Amino acid sequence: MFPRMHCLAKVTLALQGGGGRYIGLTCLNGVRTVTRGLSNSGVGERGESNKNELYDIIISGGGMVGTAMACSLGMDPNLEGKKILLLEAGNKKVMDKVPESYSTRVSSISPGSATLLSGIGAWDHIVNMRCKPYQRMQVWDACSDALITFDKENLEDEMAYIVENDVIVTALTKQLETLPDHVKVQYRTRAVKYVWPMSYQAAGSIPWVQVELSNGETLQTKLLIGADGPNSMVRKEAGIPTVKWNYDQSAVVAVLHLSEPTENNVAWQRFLPTGPIAMLPLSDTMSSLVWSTSHQHAEELLEQDEESFVDAINSAFWSNDNHSELIETAGSLFRTALSFLMPSGTSVRQLPPSVAGIGPKSRVMFPLGMGHASEYIRHRVALVGDAAHRVHPLAGQGANLGFGDVACLTQVLSQAAFNGQDLGAIQHLLEYETERQRHNLPMMAAIDLMKRLYSTNSAPVVLLRTLGLQATNAVPPVKEQIMAYASK
Amino acid sequence: MSRAIRHASTTVVRAAAQSTLDPSETKKFQLLANKWWDVQGEFAPLHSMNDLRVPFIRCVLVDNLLNVHSSRQLGRPLSGIRILDVGCGGGLLTEPLGRLGADVLGIDPVEDSIRTAELHGSFDPALMERVQYRACTLEELSEEEAEGFDAVVASEVVEHLADLDTFACCCHQVLKPGGSLFITTINKTNLSYALGIVAAERILRIVPAGTHDWEKFISPVDLERLLESSGLFVESVRGMLYNPVTGSWSWTESTAINYALHAVKQREEPPPDCAQSPAAEAHAGEPDPGAGGAPGVGAGHH
Repeated sequence: MFPRMHCLAKVTLALQGGGGRYIGLTCLNGVRTVTRGLSNSGVGERGESNKNELYDIIISGGGMVGTAMACSLGMDPNLEGKKILLLEAGNKKVMDKVPESYSTRVSSISPGSATLLSGIGAWDHIVNMRCKPYQRMQVWDACSDALITFDKENLEDEMAYIVENDVIVTALTKQLETLPDHVKVQYRTRAVKYVWPMSYQAAGSIPWVQVELSNGETLQTKLLIGADGPNSMVRKEAGIPTVKWNYDQSAVVAVLHLSEPTENNVAWQRFLPTGPIAMLPLSDTMSSLVWSTSHQHAEELLEQDEESFVDAINSAFWSNDNHSELIETAGSLFRTALSFLMPSGTSVRQLPPSVAGIGPKSRVMFPLGMGHASEYIRHRVALVGDAAHRVHPLAGQGANLGFGDVACLTQVLSQAAFNGQDLGAIQHLLEYETERQRHNLPMMAAIDLMKRLYSTNSAPVVLLRTLGLQATNAVPPVKEQIMAYASK
Repeated sequence: MSRAIRHASTTVVRAAAQSTLDPSETKKFQLLANKWWDVQGEFAPLHSMNDLRVPFIRCVLVDNLLNVHSSRQLGRPLSGIRILDVGCGGGLLTEPLGRLGADVLGIDPVEDSIRTAELHGSFDPALMERVQYRACTLEELSEEEAEGFDAVVASEVVEHLADLDTFACCCHQVLKPGGSLFITTINKTNLSYALGIVAAERILRIVPAGTHDWEKFISPVDLERLLESSGLFVESVRGMLYNPVTGSWSWTESTAINYALHAVKQREEPPPDCAQSPAAEAHAGEPDPGAGGAPGVGAGHH
């Protein structure tokens, strides 16, 4: 790159040096190149270096959401010919074959996200590698018998899929490799500094976002997409305020071996007063554990020997120690009343499979929090995924919200390109922000409310949620609404 | 090849001209550029009109040229098409057309507007390859650029012109046979008088009084007749509606206020009589914002 630019600069000088017009006519072998050199020199005259490469879109962060963003933009026909770059600090993720042991970091992929992933050609790779569909979800309370089940009517359609994050990134990376003409990828490269353009043109200023890389290079882009996770540097440097709080909870994750093979097509979640515990199917004999609890309890769980850890899991799913007689009675009266009114509305509580052991070295903990950027966009900047919003894992919506952002931003940018607009212009970015906040905020509020509602064993709250859960369970239209919203 | 030479040489001339600008002049154009390119400012209705006029032009040209070039790049659907943007102002429509791959020449008699447009475009090398600007009138250009363009665009321009016959003749002259002419303008109706002049200029004072002269507005029927006498045949006319609350445009059945028109130069026909009266020099172009002018949106400001 640099030698070529250097030579261009020379041509420019020669042209300006003397009798530009005639030299221009004799340098016909590269008219295109000459004009490019000239326009660069035009920029150079205003004091900028002309070696800074200008991109249409730079995506910072090559995780699940960032890589999906790159694929999605790279495959959009209206964005053909745009210069797109993906920056990832880590190494390229490749898998010659799927490792035998399961990874602890998994995501629940909704049908909506699966549609996006298959639209960009990554879903086939995922299916070929490893994923586990489930048809049913049972959520129940440790303080009462109240439960709610979600399932697709005929149990044939998948409700969602449990997929390892590594598998998703690998599949997307594989797909990205087929688009070398559309998306450039730089691994092991981090942005160390961003310089933001002013929204108006000022003397000597560049109207683009400048990205300084760890390797010393400086790039320019018309639009910067921050896909750099919950601690987003793009968000911080852009000064976008975030509403966030920590839940005083940590999640303990592990790979679980079941005591006997089962169909394993149900996602289980039980609300304990200390936090929700979830068992998500990975295969006939294995499930993934996500146990949210207090920091102290999490540390204890991490230090226990395998046998006591397994016991703790089983008792968390099976024990009735937290039941109170009052609520038990109220709940069962209410349930009887409901089954009288709506005979088809109640569900039979099923029991989760019991756990026999855990995968070697698969126990990990990490702190939980929630955060929401008050703005998803600025002039020439957009945030996607966890950079914009971070949720509690209890509803398994984290990755899905991110993929929803990808689908929406792609559509908005595609339309902008169709209309010949400047991709970094604020008008269409505003459309993205409005549409996504309208979807993400209620979802985040619901997840946060659930978290709070279930973090207590005080009788009135437990009674309220017991009745609420049962009533919701009994009214299919309400459940369908919830499912439709969550599967987007 | 000959076109490439022309392209290269004009760029050289322009680069030289730019470097002779003194710094205070550059500052002036920066201020002007901020005015032209502020999407929420004075020219907001012109910016948002791009959501209608760019797809309108794009779709017609892509349809017309589909049979000529079989494989088009979707990202640059207009590549290989040469467009003349008459009265380009700060380049608000010129740049999007260039981004769609067209080679666009933007002309405007107001020198300041042309410098402003050049400055704004100069930061984007990809755009600079395809977009050029020139401070001149359509008449001046028509003499040297006979049959040089696949399309001519005159958006929010004709309502400011003194002599529409000359304008139509010049458009015909610079168009290749089968080429397209796109016009957006304001109708001459009671409604356009009420909204464009009374409401926008006198009551709401969104645009300075005197921006528009209702007498110069023209109805689609009159415009169609006038164009046809110059050998330009109207293919479609569509009404446009500006919503001042949302600041956005939409297509509408009614052409009572603003409308867009597409006409085509016949492929084979005898050249029409195109006598230019020297007195009728058309002042093509959107008014100079630096001189206190206003965008030619008219009813867009009610």
